[in-house]
Amino acid sequence: MISFLTRRLLSGVVLVAVISALTFVLMSMTGTDTARNLAGATATAQQVAQKKTELGLDRPVAAQYTDWLGSALRGDLGRSWAGGDSVAASLSDKLPVTLSIVIGGLLLSAILSVLLGVGAAVRGGLLDRAVQLLAVIGFAVPSFLMALVLALFVGVRWRMLPATGYTAFSESPSLWLQSIILPSVSLAVGAIAATAQQIRSAMADVLRLDYVRTLRSRGLSSRSLLLRHALRNAAPSALTVLTLQFIGLVGGAVVVEKVFGLAGIGSLANTAASNGDTPLLMGVVVVMVALVVVVNLLLDVAQGWLNPKVRVA
Amino acid sequence: MTLLPEPGTLGGEPVIAAPASRQRLLRRLLKDPVAAVSLAILGLVVLASAAAPLLTAHDPAGSNVAHALAPAGGAHPLGTDGVGRDVLARLLYGGRTSLLGTALATAVAVLLGVPLGLVAGYFRGWFDGVASWSANLVMSVPAIILLLVVLGSVGQNTYVAMAVFGLLMAPGVFRLVRGLVNAVREELYVDAARVSGLSDGRIIRRHILRVVQAPVIIQAVQILGIGILIQSGLEFLGLGSSGKASWGAMLNDAFGNIYTKPVLLLWPGLAIGLTVAASGLLGNALTDALFGGAAGRSRKRRSAKPVKRSVGEDRPTSLPLPRLSGDELLVVEDLKVTYPKDDGETIVVDRVGLTVRRGEVLGLVGESGSGKSQTAFAVLGLLPAEARTTARRLVFDGTELGTSDRGRTRQALRGRRIGYVPQEPMSNLDPSFRIGSQLAEPMRRHLGLSRSEAKEKALALLERVGIADPARVYTSYPHQISGGMAQRVLIAAAVSCDPDLLVADEPTTALDVTVQAEVLDLMRSLQQERRMGMILVTHDFGVVADICDRVAVMQNGRIVEAAPARDLFAAPTHPYTRMLLDSTLEDSEPRRPLGTTGTEQGADA
Repeated sequence: MISFLTRRLLSGVVLVAVISALTFVLMSMTGTDTARNLAGATATAQQVAQKKTELGLDRPVAAQYTDWLGSALRGDLGRSWAGGDSVAASLSDKLPVTLSIVIGGLLLSAILSVLLGVGAAVRGGLLDRAVQLLAVIGFAVPSFLMALVLALFVGVRWRMLPATGYTAFSESPSLWLQSIILPSVSLAVGAIAATAQQIRSAMADVLRLDYVRTLRSRGLSSRSLLLRHALRNAAPSALTVLTLQFIGLVGGAVVVEKVFGLAGIGSLANTAASNGDTPLLMGVVVVMVALVVVVNLLLDVAQGWLNPKVRVA
Repeated sequence: MTLLPEPGTLGGEPVIAAPASRQRLLRRLLKDPVAAVSLAILGLVVLASAAAPLLTAHDPAGSNVAHALAPAGGAHPLGTDGVGRDVLARLLYGGRTSLLGTALATAVAVLLGVPLGLVAGYFRGWFDGVASWSANLVMSVPAIILLLVVLGSVGQNTYVAMAVFGLLMAPGVFRLVRGLVNAVREELYVDAARVSGLSDGRIIRRHILRVVQAPVIIQAVQILGIGILIQSGLEFLGLGSSGKASWGAMLNDAFGNIYTKPVLLLWPGLAIGLTVAASGLLGNALTDALFGGAAGRSRKRRSAKPVKRSVGEDRPTSLPLPRLSGDELLVVEDLKVTYPKDDGETIVVDRVGLTVRRGEVLGLVGESGSGKSQTAFAVLGLLPAEARTTARRLVFDGTELGTSDRGRTRQALRGRRIGYVPQEPMSNLDPSFRIGSQLAEPMRRHLGLSRSEAKEKALALLERVGIADPARVYTSYPHQISGGMAQRVLIAAAVSCDPDLLVADEPTTALDVTVQAEVLDLMRSLQQERRMGMILVTHDFGVVADICDRVAVMQNGRIVEAAPARDLFAAPTHPYTRMLLDSTLEDSEPRRPLGTTGTEQGADA
């Protein structure tokens, strides 16, 4: 188990390194002349050249990247080219917003998909058909469209929850919760649909197995039978789907943040990409990929805890 | 932005099946209403986008601020948007952008994923390693982040973005194809082709592509839908080609006017939702049509073959019941089990009657499919939900059980007063829980034992059933013990709450011959020690001779002969019994004598 997790952690580190290198190379191939843009339209050729040296753009890409990597490993992500702000400071400023809605979405997905999936597998009938319908809707409606509809009705028409803005947890936990409900729900709908569907079929498969009949022969309560035994055995495949869905959640956050006017990592990514602001974009990409790696690692741990064959081996 | 994990292969390995012929496939697809509607929607979207100039005279980009946010009607059938552009025109021309973009992405994904998957799956080696590693790498990054980076570097361009998105979807296609090829290259006919000297290229073209085709088409249909989603997301962020009408850009405009004219959300939202849903549903329908999805995955039932009966044969078979003496533990009369099928029902147990007294072992003998296991499960109330059970009487120890499987009475008896020993030891223990917890849970529930009392009793039981190292087995997981030990554990669990009746379904069939006799002896000694009644389902007359007091022989769901074991062996009356006995005695060796309850060592654990 330990060696398995070490391997996963290592491959996560490799992933962050490869993606950051790729991003760096792509940004250096940019068609637009970043130095000219930053120096201003009226700048002389000499001023542009000076800006270039200042940013280190006159050096080979490999050297630029190793410089960036060296400082990044020491915890220094540099300063934004556009505003001159510290990248690390901007990130730690915006990260709580994105984390709130993404983790919120993940938790919602996990809880609701278990309830719906188990219900559909055991009860069948109307609930089952509702889950099937939800699966189609969740697949077909992009999270930002869901966000637009929720913002319009729940936020603007019915005024039940704020349609825009974010309140920090430290400021007011209840307002914080209100501000992340709609974004989290919009993000989660697709993930719930896919995961509930997976839990439904995994539960149905497990409930057909011999040992479930044998457990039933021992007169266990149906609660223990379903939630202790069957769900435990159906969980690994559901976790795998949830892991993949989380990657989608992080991507979806970029668009959903715009709808709810949240100043999170997504909006930062958007500005950085359109300004050609390499240090800022690098920071964003590294943080996002690291987030995926960490959550996947946690899900791996959960997977190992669920499956004794992985744990004991 | 939900990406389906490997569409078409949800829930396990891709299915391999010979694709049906094209014409039959199309006909089957059109019969499925969901597929027909999906195809119609997709066809309509394609046609409407292609015929955009014919359907509207407006320029999708022609803005006229004076007419901004005009209501529907007149010159603008669907009204105008925030800068006075015609909504219908933008919807139609936007369809072109969306469809072309997603087609491009799908083409890139397929053209890249299929050849790489073929090579990796067929030739394996280092290429497979590198390609699989890269595929996993790409799949673990949120697509939209990489797209932002790419668009930041090349500028806003929808088609470049979609080509890159195709690149990001290629690993999904790659993994699908690789998996399929890996599976099929082990098939005999591929081996035969290789041996007969066909070149690799021809084997791939003639045998392997044929298998890969259908799943790839299904996945491509799904990618078409996902592409529309991701593209509209990018356009909504304002990262699409500027000046090009698109559904995502329409949503962006609607977002800007959400307070003044929210209905602008409706049309692009509907277009995206319907197109994507149609492609997703078409993918599912294709899977069903090609692989018989729902039908192929239907419930499976063990050893119950349909019984066909002609009218003349339908004589009453209820054997004269043994006189009820009052100490019967179980009385079953006229038990009937049926399963619904398309035209009527299948009878698997037909008017069966039997009794078991305290301390008596009743053998239920017959070939597989004779209904003996179904009879046992009906007594336990453990038949699948779709089974229909009826009985004139089903009385346990003076209480009428009724035939509803989920009845409270039955639930209270199961485990507590009726124990069950299954056939396959390894598949009847929950793989996720330690042996100890599986043994303790029913005892804590039924006998109200504390955790430590239950553990103490479980350890004693494990020792009683002949397990050499109870403490170790108690903390083991099922995959850590041998089949023989697992069967002893299951027997221990069945008798843990001191039941009055034990139902054993072929308890020794799955075991090694050497272990069989020991397990049988164990069951016999436990049965005598606790004076349990027992129903022993078996196809083995050797087992019957060893431990049964009375025997009922079943054929096609009915009991054809029932007698004390000694009488049955001495003078079988029914021809079927004689046939079974003959076939048993011819090729079986005399069993070794009883009374040697051995202790199995967990050497292979």
